[in-house]
Amino acid sequence: MKRIITATVQDRSGVLNRITGMLHKRQFNIDSITVGSSETEGISKMTFVVEISDHQKLEQLTKQLNKQIDVLKVSDITDKAIVARELALIKVGGTGQLRAEIQGIINPFRASVIDVSKDSLTIQVTGKPDKVEALISLLRPYGIKELTKTGVTAFLRGQQPKQVTEINSLSI
Amino acid sequence: MKVEVKREMESTKELRTGSDLLIETLVDAQVDTIFGYPGGAVLPIYDALYRSNAPFKHVLSRHEQGSIHAAEGYARVTGKPGVVLATSGPGATNLITGITDAMMDSLPLVVFTGQVANSVIGTDAFQEADVMGITTPITKYNYQVKNIAELPRIVKEAFHIASTGRPGPVVVDIPKNISAAITLEEYDNEFHLPGYQPTKNPNPLQIIKLAEALGRAKRPVLLAGAGVVFAKASEDLKEFAEKYQLPVANTLLGLGSFPGSHSLSLGMAGMHGTYAANMAIYECDLLINIGARFDDRLTGNIEHFAPHAKVAHIDIDPAEIGKNISTDIPVVADAKEALQALLKSSINMPDHKLWKEKLQHNKANYPLWYERSNEFISPQWLMEQIYRVSNGEAIVTTDVGQHQMWAAQYYQFDKPNRWVTSGGLGTMGFGFPAAIGAQLGAPDELVVSVVGDGGFQMTLQELSIIKERNLPIKVIIVNNEALGMVRQWQESFYEERYSESILANPDFVKLAESYGIRGLKVEREDDVVEILEGVFAYNGPVVVDCRVVQLACVYPMIAPGKGIHEMIGVTK
Repeated sequence: MKRIITATVQDRSGVLNRITGMLHKRQFNIDSITVGSSETEGISKMTFVVEISDHQKLEQLTKQLNKQIDVLKVSDITDKAIVARELALIKVGGTGQLRAEIQGIINPFRASVIDVSKDSLTIQVTGKPDKVEALISLLRPYGIKELTKTGVTAFLRGQQPKQVTEINSLSI
Repeated sequence: MKVEVKREMESTKELRTGSDLLIETLVDAQVDTIFGYPGGAVLPIYDALYRSNAPFKHVLSRHEQGSIHAAEGYARVTGKPGVVLATSGPGATNLITGITDAMMDSLPLVVFTGQVANSVIGTDAFQEADVMGITTPITKYNYQVKNIAELPRIVKEAFHIASTGRPGPVVVDIPKNISAAITLEEYDNEFHLPGYQPTKNPNPLQIIKLAEALGRAKRPVLLAGAGVVFAKASEDLKEFAEKYQLPVANTLLGLGSFPGSHSLSLGMAGMHGTYAANMAIYECDLLINIGARFDDRLTGNIEHFAPHAKVAHIDIDPAEIGKNISTDIPVVADAKEALQALLKSSINMPDHKLWKEKLQHNKANYPLWYERSNEFISPQWLMEQIYRVSNGEAIVTTDVGQHQMWAAQYYQFDKPNRWVTSGGLGTMGFGFPAAIGAQLGAPDELVVSVVGDGGFQMTLQELSIIKERNLPIKVIIVNNEALGMVRQWQESFYEERYSESILANPDFVKLAESYGIRGLKVEREDDVVEILEGVFAYNGPVVVDCRVVQLACVYPMIAPGKGIHEMIGVTK
């Protein structure tokens, strides 16, 4: 199962290395990690998308993250009401009439063309990972020359539905 | 600028280097011994050491691995952080085995490494190594000092992190420009670690749950690990076990947390544990693990580990709970706090007389056994004599392997902090330098270093230290001219193909003598007791080369992949 886990960390040198090292050492499969500054100076926010086999492994992951001295808070937000977004840049080959066709494809995704050259155009798309994936597969037949993604960043929505249970909370 | 500095010097403020600051912080941390080795990047620190009249001693090893294992031995025996100082590059990388060993066995260490100057970090400078990168996965935490102003705070923080919660090694990497920097300032050393707040006190609800489970248990067993020793909770454990008449099995590193000679003690559990301890774990209906981490050498095949039991796990590190064995009653706490909370709860234990009788029966009918040889000394018998002649009161250090298992099996530790062994990492060459740290940490105690002929040759250069400081350590080489445990596995699982496991050894007596240390060789069982009596009474270091049966095997044993109930070699 895919889980989205966020961590608030002290912005000390080596913190990313320590965390990714731990994930590697303990054989967790990471789809993506994003890191950036948060609303508080000196505090960074990390978002992990991980592929996890079972709940015991998931519990281990959050505990091992929590154990890191620079980690202030860990949350598994997968089952909560969240906003999760990633950004992809896609360079597609295309001239003349093809361009119009591509424009037609990307419009419903609210993606935009941010660079054009004589034989290619670069598209920027933002959204949930499945939306980004859908656009990429639609563009694939046109020949994707280059593709880069930021990975998912996410946090909780301002309001949470009441019935959500915290599956990850430990009773200890 | 220079003139200004001079003028300042003459005034009340004192001109100090980063190294002077470091030494002051060590004094503040009440360090009494540091283990180290000088080199280019730590010259300013060694110079400060020379100039200072700090009230601690520096112990010069002959290899950095000796320093760090000595610091581990010191930490194990005193419960205080062991302090190490080494230079950059090779000095730092020579510490890696010991740092990893301390990480695995949760030993508090504060390790200072020199580093090349900040201006050349990242240029592959002479004796540069990426100490932060290398030590990140093997430390509880690590620092590189970027600014002299941080130094006092970092050092204080390092001691705090190393010695609180689940102890562990902390590395502080100090670039030469920091240790050599000159300052007039006083720096704040207050720290705040919002992400590090170890839980000491148990959740009362979890204690109630555990008490309730105990109130229903018909076949309860306690498993006591090193967490009990770190928490100084041996007395509480004894009181708890006696109050409810609970049998106690120990892990390898937990030996001594409960008196080995106590009637409720089942001895060591695990791969080479006793039949009584392992079967108690297999058959119990409630297993209370206090401060152990369910290591694979303890559990064997986890499918068969305590299959009928409700498992309760008391650990200060929440990440250990549920890591290997699924746990019904997790209790995140310091072992002492948890035991005291349990002692305060009122529990109506159901009668478990039959269970106790069964365990006593196992203990009486399936004791540890071995075959005596007519020709050579039987190593197990040798351990029994060491135990007897030292009145069971020695501090014993070992490496890893057969001699380690025999020492664990036959030396009944009645008190904590007397058993110094490399458990998790299983490091050859650990025992002898660890004995140096142990003796310095407990100067009035008898320290016996039981080592194999293989392991001893990995770190024997530290004989220099015990000569230099006249440390009365007794080195007992259990010499079977083989890498015994490797040989045993080759015998059992590789059809006796002894690939590279038979050793040609030096003359250990002459070797000891060349260091100016008394050396003895003993080949006949008849001579053992007399020699041991003489050696233990002698006030000085001795190396004893004990020739033991080459083909002796450690039994009983849970073969790899087997369950805890499938022991082989339980009886003759």
